[in-house]
Parts: sequence; C-alpha cells; structure tokens
Amino acid sequence: MKEYKTVSQIAGPLVFVDNVVGVGYNELVEVTLPSGEKQKGQVLDITEKVAVVQVFGGTSGLNTSDTSVKFLGETMHLGVSEDMLGRVFTGLGEPRDNAPKPVAEERLDISGAAINPYSREEPRDFIQTGISTIDCMNTLVRGQKLPIFSASGLPHNQLAVQIARQSKTKDQKEEFAVVFAAVGITHEEASYFMRDFEKTGALERAVLFLNLADDPSVERIITPRLALTTAEYLAFEKGMHVLVIITDMTNYCEALREIASARQEVPGRRGYPGYMYTDLSTIYERAGRIKGRKGTVTQFPILTMPGDDITHPIPDLTGYITEGQIVLSRDLHRKNITPPVDPLPSLSRLMNLGIGKGSTREDHKGVADQLYAAYANGRDLRSLSAVVGEESLTDIDRKYLRFADEFENRFIRQGNTEDRTIEQTLDLGWELLSALPEEELKRVKLDFIQKYGGKFRNKEKKE
Amino acid sequence: MAVNGKLSRITGPVVVAKDLKGAKLYDVVKVGEEKLVGEIIKIVGNESVVQVYEDTAGLKPGEKVISTGQPLSVELGPGILRSFYDGIQRPLDKIEQAAGAFITRGIDVSPLDHKKKWDFKATKKKGEKVQAGDILGEVQETDVITHRILATESGKLTDIKSGKYTLDDQIGTIEARNKKHPERLYHNWVVRKPRPYREKFPPVVPLSTGMRIVDTFSPIAKGGTACIPGPFGSGKTVTQQSLAKWSDAEIVVYIGCGERGNEMTEVLNEFPKLIDPKTGKPLMERTVLIANTSNMPVAAREASIYTGITLAEYYRDMGYGVSLMADSTSRWAEALREISGRLEEMPGEEGYPAYLARKLAEFYERAGRVKTLGSPDREGNVTVIGAVSPPGGDISEPVSQNTLRVTKVFLALDSSLAQRRHFPAIHWLKSYSLYTETLDPWYEENIAADWPRLRNDAMALLQKEAELQEIVQLVGPDALPEKEQAILLVAKMIREDYLQQSAFHEVDAFATMKKQHAMLKTIMRFHERAMGAIDLGIQLKTITGMKVREKIGRMKEVPEDKLKDIEAVYKEVDKEFDGLRKE
Repeated sequence: MKEYKTVSQIAGPLVFVDNVVGVGYNELVEVTLPSGEKQKGQVLDITEKVAVVQVFGGTSGLNTSDTSVKFLGETMHLGVSEDMLGRVFTGLGEPRDNAPKPVAEERLDISGAAINPYSREEPRDFIQTGISTIDCMNTLVRGQKLPIFSASGLPHNQLAVQIARQSKTKDQKEEFAVVFAAVGITHEEASYFMRDFEKTGALERAVLFLNLADDPSVERIITPRLALTTAEYLAFEKGMHVLVIITDMTNYCEALREIASARQEVPGRRGYPGYMYTDLSTIYERAGRIKGRKGTVTQFPILTMPGDDITHPIPDLTGYITEGQIVLSRDLHRKNITPPVDPLPSLSRLMNLGIGKGSTREDHKGVADQLYAAYANGRDLRSLSAVVGEESLTDIDRKYLRFADEFENRFIRQGNTEDRTIEQTLDLGWELLSALPEEELKRVKLDFIQKYGGKFRNKEKKE
Repeated sequence: MAVNGKLSRITGPVVVAKDLKGAKLYDVVKVGEEKLVGEIIKIVGNESVVQVYEDTAGLKPGEKVISTGQPLSVELGPGILRSFYDGIQRPLDKIEQAAGAFITRGIDVSPLDHKKKWDFKATKKKGEKVQAGDILGEVQETDVITHRILATESGKLTDIKSGKYTLDDQIGTIEARNKKHPERLYHNWVVRKPRPYREKFPPVVPLSTGMRIVDTFSPIAKGGTACIPGPFGSGKTVTQQSLAKWSDAEIVVYIGCGERGNEMTEVLNEFPKLIDPKTGKPLMERTVLIANTSNMPVAAREASIYTGITLAEYYRDMGYGVSLMADSTSRWAEALREISGRLEEMPGEEGYPAYLARKLAEFYERAGRVKTLGSPDREGNVTVIGAVSPPGGDISEPVSQNTLRVTKVFLALDSSLAQRRHFPAIHWLKSYSLYTETLDPWYEENIAADWPRLRNDAMALLQKEAELQEIVQLVGPDALPEKEQAILLVAKMIREDYLQQSAFHEVDAFATMKKQHAMLKTIMRFHERAMGAIDLGIQLKTITGMKVREKIGRMKEVPEDKLKDIEAVYKEVDKEFDGLRKE
C-alpha cells in the first residue's frame, strides 16, 4: 500500500495529490489529517502525475504539508452479512450502535453492477399498503421503485412509516426486511423513524444507515449505495423481500452538485451536473426481481420538491427513472386530510401487472380509472363553479362536485393508522361512484356495475 | 493494424491514451488489462481521447491500450431478428450466460451465432455479373422473414452454391479488379456511416398504427419521421410500445435508450406472446430489441441509436418496411452532453454541445423511402419514431426544439390528459402531421372518399370546442346557445368515444382504418343530425338523453370482424333522430 505526503491543493471536498504511481480510478483512499484523525475518500480523476481525491469526511483541518494519503488498492467495498439486520450504521457503514462490526460473509463493491435486462423478471406481486389512494389507484408491486414526491412541511415521513408498517403480500410467510438510508435528514426525523421501527418490532428486521444533517455532505453520495448493496445482498443472495426507504434524495442531489462545482464542471440545469440523470439511475435502477432468485428489492425514495415545483430537476429526473410517483399535496394537507396523497399527478407504471383477477379483483382497473376520471372532472368543475357559481352548473355537474368532496373526505382521508384491505378500498370506491348515474360510468365494464356496485346503487334507489 | 499505447488519464467514462500511433478518429480500442471496449473521439497530438463503453473503475494510468484500427461496426447477417442487444450489439442473453444476472466488464461475445448453420438458396447463377447490393440468395431467418443476402462487391460472380452454411463459410466469390472477394452470409458495417441507396422518394403511404388519434388526425407516413415529446408519466413508452406492436411495418427495431430496465423486460416478455394478426406468428419473429438502460455505461447509450438505425437500414436494403422506435432520444442527447462535458468542450444551450442539432438532423435523415442499390429493383423504407423527454415537460428546450425542426409528425403528449386518464394522452390540437395532405389520395383510394372531409370536420369541431370552452370558463355552459352546447356535446363524444383508446383492452388496443372510418362517420352523422334537430326546435336535453349515445360509446369495443355492428349504430342514429321529429 502506497502512502503519499504530496498534497498540493485542497479545494472544498477535493484534495490533489502529486506524483502518484499505480493508482486506479475510483480507488478508495485513507487520508490522515495533521491531527492524526483518519478519513476515507475516493479517486475522482487520475493522470500519470496527479490524483484528485474526494474526501468523504470533509476537508477542514487538512493542510498541504502534514497530510498523508494512503491509496488502498481497491474501489469502495462493503462487508455484508445477515447479522446486519437489527443494526444501525453511520453513513459510511461503521457501526453507530456501540456494538462490534458484524463479521462479513461477503465483500461487495458498493457501486454494484447493472442488472442485465434479459435476467430481470417483471414485478407483478401486489403489495397491500392499506392506503386506499395507493392500493387502488397507484398500486405498488414487489420490485418496483416508487418515490414519494413531497415538499417541506408535508407528512412524508409518517406516510413512509405507515407503508413500512402495513405493507404485506398475499403470502405472509415470506421473509422480509427493511433497509433504511437517512441522507442528510435531521436527528429528530431519524429518531422518529427509529422509534417507530422499535415500537412496531420492525427494527429486528431492519438495517439502518444514518447520515444526518450535521454529518459531512460528501458522505451522502455513499450512503444510498451502502443501503442498496446491503439490500441486493439480502434479496438476491438470502432470498428476502427487501423494502428500501431512502430519505431525502434532495440532499443527495445537493451533495452531487457541491462536488461538481468543486471540480469546476460545466453545470447543467440549475447548477446540477449534466450527468445527474445517469447518476440517479445508478441508484434507482437497483430495484427489481431477477429470474430464478427468490428475493426482491422494492424502493421507496423520498424527496422534497424545492418550492413545491415538480418540474425542478430533482423530481423531474427522478420521475423519468422511477416507475411512477406518489405526490403529496399541500392543499389536501391544509384541509387536514391525511395522508395527503393527490391521486391525479400520482402514478404507478407497474400497476397493470399487479392487479385484476387472480391478484386483487377483476373490477380493480375499471374502478381505479373511473375514480380518476370522476375526481379529475370534479376538480375541474370546482374551479369553474368558483367563477360562475354552483347554480349555473348542470345537475350532473353538481353531482360530480359532490363526488369530489366525498372522495377527498372518505377515500383519501384515512389517517395514519387505518389499514384497509383492498376489498374494503374497492367497495368504498363503488360506494362513492354510486352517487353518479350509470351512463356516466364509461370506464367500468357493464356487468361489474351490478356485480360489485349493485349493493350500493340499489340501496341508493330504495331511499 | 493493431497498435499499442498506454493510458495516461482516467476521468469517468472518458480516458486519455498516449502513443497510439496511426490511430484514426472513431477507431475502436481495447482499454486496460480487461480489454474494455472504447472508441476514439478526439485526437490531440500524441494523445487520443477515448470514450469507454464499460465501467472504468479501477483503471490505472500506464495500463495498455490497443487500437483495432477499425471503427465501431455491427455484424449484418441472419440471426439479427429475435435478438436482444445492448448498445454495441452484444447479445444480452449471451452476456447472461457469460457473467450471470449482473453485467460485469470485459465480456467479449459475438453479435451473431457463428456456429449455427443456415439453409442458403442462391438466386444468382455462377458467371453472372453482379452489382453491390444485388440479392445473391435467401435464407429463411424466422418463420415470417426471409433474409436476403446482398452482394458486397460489384464484379463477376465466379462461384456460388446453395447449401447449409455457417456465417463464416464462403457461399460464393465475386471477382472484381482482378481480385477475388469471398462472399459470406454476413458482413460488417460501420454504424456511423449511413448505408447507400439509389434514390430517395417522398413518402405516400401511411403507416397503419391502429391508434385512432394518430391514423386519423396525425398520420405517420412509411419512411417518414415522427417525434413524441412529453413529460414523465404522460405515456411516451406505452405509445411507443403500442406503435411497435401494432404498426404494419414488416420489421421493428426497438431501442430502449437510457430508459428503465423493467420496461425492456416487459417488451421482451410480451413480444414473444403477442401474435401478429397478419402472419399469425409472434411479433418477436420480426423484431430486434436494443437495450441500454439508464444505469448501463453512458457511452454505449450514445452508440445504441446508431447501432439500431444501421440494422434498420440493412433490412430496408433487402426491400422491407422498417419501423424504428427510439425511446428516448433525450437520453441519447444527454449522453452526448455528458461526454462533451468530460472533454471540456465549450457548451452550447443548456450545456448541450453545439453539434447537437447537426447530430439529431443526421440521425433522422437516415429515415426515408428509398429505391435500394442492386437488382432486382426494390423499394424499402425506414420510419423513425423518436420519443423526447423534455425536462419538466417544457418543449422549449434544445432537444425538443431541434427534433421538431427535422421531424414531420409531432405527437404532443399532455400531462393534463394523462392525469384524467385520457389515453393515449396525445393532444389533438397541439399535435400535427405534415404528411396529411400527401397521404390524402391514399386514404381516398383505399379507405373511403369522404375520409379527408370527415377528418377536417371533426378537427374543426374540436377546434371550435376549445374556443367555446374559454367562454364557458367565464360564463358557464348554460349561457351558450343550444347549438353551441350541442357542439360541446359532440366534441366530447369525439374525445371520449373516438380518441380515447385503451392500449390494454383486447379489442380496443388496435383499430383498422376501416373501423376508424366507420366510427368517425357515425359520430359525425350524429353531429349532422343533432344540428338539424336543433334547427327543428328539438331541445338539447332530449338529444343528450338519447339512447344511441351509449351504443356510440361502446363502438370501440366492436371487434374487427363485426364492423356491421357499427353500421347498425349508424342506422340507429338516423332512426332515433327520425323518431324525435315525430314526437
């Protein structure tokens, strides 16, 4: 192992080391500060003479004369084992719970490798989260990556915890695990997650990686990758169904921008690097199922949209990679509707694979489409009636208006603890739709209107 | 030809090699001990800048770099169809055999199967004079596609024989300029060089896509170009996949360029199961898939577009009609941007390189309806349909704008339509096709003489609806005269009962032009009669409550072999309106 004392320049998180020989790109580095403290880093750019090293722990206290840099001869690896379950680690993978480091069964490169699309298997197992807006209208399936698009001040953490707590599949005997990566969130938020995991007993089946707001920001590049390496190992080697929660991806992107600007790269939109799409994809694409292997990796990244703007590069690029999104709405939150999931901009791309006869119920797709169309119509009419007044609307329009209100109050609103089965959710949908005349229900098959909606419709008529 | 140099700098997917003497721009090089594949993209003095198609972690300055002296090329020969390639034509199933479920580095697999024996039937005879591009003979590639073997040289055919051959066996010899050229079942072609043809024609035949919004209002021509821009979640990929499934092209090249892995898996699982209505065989028999997902190396993503279009041109040269779907060209442009940034080039708009417009135009210009080289005389075409993913759905950005300048059809995906589950979420007013008029004679001759009129009338109604909606926003619908309210009603019927189409419904997913015509004719008849009825003093409420409207709404579910049922609805429209008059 080679050690150098030839640091020539320090700029932000970057350290330039001169006259290095035989160092590889992306190689792991150990930097010894003048104080004797040690920090990890990674080679970002290497020429025959100079290596540019990105230091994870921050560069305060470094100088050019007394700093020594050791190149460790390999890219960053993580020792993984089943014993990691129930443990808490730092954002760099060191134990944070005062217990010894678990003995590694395997050492894996944390940047992983792309799953061959030929080896993938389509995600199609329905996961019941117990939340109507997700189960019915934006169905989650095992192996999907479905981010929560939130904004500051909205209860995304409560929603994530509720999903982690309530999620189940038809076959409940299967082994599951939760991998949680905190990326630059506050101590308070992190302890909310830990308390809830502890309370519900989920902690035993969880691996936590915590990079908190006061930890070095450059570490945030590493934390999600450690989490996903662990998740892939538990899923594809140990056959578990792993739910990965990463919060908050906005902080990850900020760290990416910080490094790019320290390297004086040509910036793309809003100063974020031009390769942010590719970089994010190396995180989000690490989800799915593989032919012939039992386990799955399902990803729930959370991000806060700066300024509630869904066209901001972070949610925008995320939406182009992930298989849909769950969007939280400030308007619904203000109306005190929990969880404030706005179904209209939300989407699950893999929904069609996981629903229908055999997995949920044959009328599922029709009900979901009909609810969508009716609620969208109701919302449009709301803005119209604000201008022209409710009286000048037609009868049928007024029915839609009322439908939209009922839909928000009964379907979307369910609180943080109510756990609805898919059947309850679909029946509730039919009940709400019974307020609309039959000829308006063009999205559902005719026979289903009687078969599933009948009990609600007929009751209505009798009254 | 091979020359050795050594690595001097590594920064992401771009590396610099020294001492590659005689290396040319765009030559393929093998980098490092693991022989990673790369391509020279810039030469400065003694230094060659190389983009590497694989992950570069762990590479060290001083490692060996070998130039092959050849530019990036593809293997063209039987066995391409039904394949599933990465961006540089490596078969992903072979990669799985070699490396398992995760793609590791330095895997060397050949694009085509060189062991398999093909049954070659010669159609040219020994002693004949041949031109490059002449069909020498045929191989049955899949159950539905005959692969025509094209001469690669002009000269005298001194030897040719039918029989069972592997790709490497010699099937014949062409003597030209006193040199003997061995002919094989395959040859190589440089991906960045368009394949030559004799003449290019304007497109005059529509590509039947089965999507009503496309075929009726924004038709795509065979040999034409189209672009589909839209924000995420608006249904670009579903639209692209529907076009790949149902368009009446003979060959489909589908490029998943920097998109999701699961989406490609879906195509891969679905196509072998989908039966082509024309041939009764799986769609996969005429399809080649190219996947370079977003997390696969970015330089190979840049190459994937060229790999795909070269394969498409090759089948065009055999005389086939080829559709190429590229999903998404924005990811390709981003790959250009990323490489350009690593080269520290002066950026143009939004960080994209200044040559973005030229590269996009060059790519779309490889589409077209052509008379190919060689005999017998034949025509082939390549239709290019590119998805564009504008950031935030705002098409004022450079990739969308430069694409719009070169493509002739614009299918505007709209997120507000997608949110109310109006699929395909293609906006009828924002979309356009510059082929509409050139294709009208075809529609008049092959579908119905009144097709252009029906289309224009329906479009006028939708346009009128948009104007009326603005008034409704201010004063409410009741303030409009009955006649205008009736226009709103019919426009709504066009939108919901005609334009909305479910890609997942067994019947509705595909509508022939005959069915489209019958449906549109019925709705427009309803319009005509409704206008007449209002003139006679019949109330709008009565028209809104008509029973036949329900049947019009279910016309889309009428199977192709029962088009009479739609005609029956047409008659019922007349009957019910006649009845209204009597009351």
